[in-house]
Amino acid sequence: MKYVDDFRSPDLATGVLREINVLMERIGTTAESPIRIMEVCGGHTHTISKFGLDSLLPPGVQFVHGPGCPVCVLPTGAIDTAIAVAEQPNIIFTTFGDVMRVPGSESSLAVAKARGADVRVVYAPSDALAIAQQNPQKRVVFFAIGFETTAPATALTVLQAEKENVANFSILCHHVLVIPPLRALLEDSKMCATAEGLSTHSINVQESLKMGRLHGFLAPGHVSMVIGTKPYEPLAQTYHKPFVVAGFEPVDILMSLVMVLRQIANGRAEVENQYNRVVRPDGNPAAMRAVLRVFTPTANREWRGIGNLPESGLALRPEYQQWDVFAHLTVPQREAADPKICQCGQVLRGEVEPWECKVFATACTPETPIGACMVSSEGACAAYYNYGRLAPNKRLPLAPTMGR
Amino acid sequence: MNRDKVITLAHGSGGKKMRDLIEGVIGPAFSNPNLNVHEDQARLPLNELLSKGDRLAFTTDSYVITPLFFPGGDIGSLAVHGTVNDLAVSGAIPLYLSCGLVIEEGFDLITLGRVLEKMAAAAQNCGVQVVTGDTKVVPRGAADGLFINTSGIGVLPSHLHPSALALREGDVIISSGTLGDHGAAVVLARGQLDLSAAVESDSQSIVDLVQAVIAQVPVVAMRDPTRGGLAAVLSEWAEASRVNISICMPDLPISPSVRSLCEVLGFDAVHLANEGKVILAVKPEHEALTLEILHAHPKGKSAAAIGRVRAAPSGLVTMRTGFGTETVLTLPAGEQLPRIC
Repeated sequence: MKYVDDFRSPDLATGVLREINVLMERIGTTAESPIRIMEVCGGHTHTISKFGLDSLLPPGVQFVHGPGCPVCVLPTGAIDTAIAVAEQPNIIFTTFGDVMRVPGSESSLAVAKARGADVRVVYAPSDALAIAQQNPQKRVVFFAIGFETTAPATALTVLQAEKENVANFSILCHHVLVIPPLRALLEDSKMCATAEGLSTHSINVQESLKMGRLHGFLAPGHVSMVIGTKPYEPLAQTYHKPFVVAGFEPVDILMSLVMVLRQIANGRAEVENQYNRVVRPDGNPAAMRAVLRVFTPTANREWRGIGNLPESGLALRPEYQQWDVFAHLTVPQREAADPKICQCGQVLRGEVEPWECKVFATACTPETPIGACMVSSEGACAAYYNYGRLAPNKRLPLAPTMGR
Repeated sequence: MNRDKVITLAHGSGGKKMRDLIEGVIGPAFSNPNLNVHEDQARLPLNELLSKGDRLAFTTDSYVITPLFFPGGDIGSLAVHGTVNDLAVSGAIPLYLSCGLVIEEGFDLITLGRVLEKMAAAAQNCGVQVVTGDTKVVPRGAADGLFINTSGIGVLPSHLHPSALALREGDVIISSGTLGDHGAAVVLARGQLDLSAAVESDSQSIVDLVQAVIAQVPVVAMRDPTRGGLAAVLSEWAEASRVNISICMPDLPISPSVRSLCEVLGFDAVHLANEGKVILAVKPEHEALTLEILHAHPKGKSAAAIGRVRAAPSGLVTMRTGFGTETVLTLPAGEQLPRIC
């Protein structure tokens, strides 16, 4: 717990906040047109909400929440497919807990379980493999979701299943990659750089702030542990945005923000690593090798709220097809539109704050979620709702006492 | 008797096997004069009750925990502690319990014997008698091994009126010890998560601890933070008394292993169940004395003041972080489930 305690130290935070204030005075933006820093990962969103970090910031800088919650980006159709698989006879369907209550178009895995499907929560794919070994007469399916963070564990489990010849183990694969949605967000006209050719030299603060709606990124710590820091470099250069790989404790987040603001103040757009106690520049090459041995990028993958993105998902390579659930079951793969009233898509793109969604905290709550962002503990809407961060005019008078 | 080794439907049929079970296994475990009269009901002398107070406290709870045995406890002792503690937090002195068993056909008799032994030991430890009971056997698949219901009767001294409606601005919230141990121990004991850590359930009677406090302190409110944990107790109080309860995150007593487990699984210790703790609200002038009494008691060594009652925002529990920020503490939706990244 040493690291946790160090990175929750209020004394340390006070010093970091002082530096944020100094940098913001130099940058000079105001609440009317603030600097927007996207924290990509849902884990960051959770920490910011849990510790109320945004209420410590000067008004000229804002956190914007990104598409890095793996449960939130699951499209409705993927949940429908999972339910259809789970409801087949002789199936034990295993999944990470966060997925259980994500609404499909008609029900959820939790409802399917209540109706009699054998759906079990596991903490790791290896648990699913163990269940398969204990139940040779059943087909045990693992719902493989998540970014590069969880894909290596799935890959290693498939390799283990092959080695131990556990023929009744399969995966329903919906792994996704982190770079494609970030590129899509940056390509989006509202955010796209207008400063072509500026990528190689530094530019002044005001020029940098005119470039789109997002001005910097806290890159996801856990994903980067696997992929390293290099994959962000083309994004930083092409779109002239600072990327700082960030840890998950409050002081990690504030320090990473300082690093982003320093780059903005100095007109730099580079990839830096705040989370260097965990993340290496090359990531974890062994983990990536396992992923590339078992998986190959898909031609297309649908993302909730973002749509189809080319080469943004992972599928089993042809030589590992026997581990795909569809090699054993004929279940129609579902496609379904996300609920119209739900604005998860805009939340995931950082275009609206959770409380700006029409159904936030009214029709859509953690008990009766309409969108996935309200379900997962990593989801921006759930993080806002659970820590009482409603629309500003409905918020409680909970004044921060530090850093101002 | 134990030659049969497993419970069959015949053990619940009302015939000889059932009598063997009740008279040979269950009865002897709890043996006491009120139980041993072989009537369909316990007959409890009113005079004895009246000498201890002016009201009865009466409660019931069912125990369906899995696994039946977990680090720090088991379903039998839990079925005693849980019900006794529900009585204790009214200020009552618990006296009598009932024991209803729902047993799945095929359940191991030796295990049943072990559970009853634990239950009897816990009852003796808490100073309560099991005075009446019932046993049902249901077909395989109709229950998961063993369910236990216990109801409890205690006597409430006339001067005590702790109430969820009584919290007022300025009152101090105190936890008698570390939070979340039971919930964490059971999650680990289920073994589904393939994690191991040194976490034990805190399952224990808090009667003696509560009695020590109320002997000297006119407590405003008391509750044992079981399902839903600290957050559930405080939310109920804040709503019932129309006040704000503001707790301080760095002051929460949480053991290092429970903290680590929460970090790994994405749980929050304020939502995890406890089975041997009491949350107290006391007047500010009684804070020091209450803590002194708790710290002097073996079950209250890690007691801490964790928050205060404020007037607004009424009906809500808020949590101050070490950073001077404040967030709202809500109840979790559904089960607490592991995070995935």
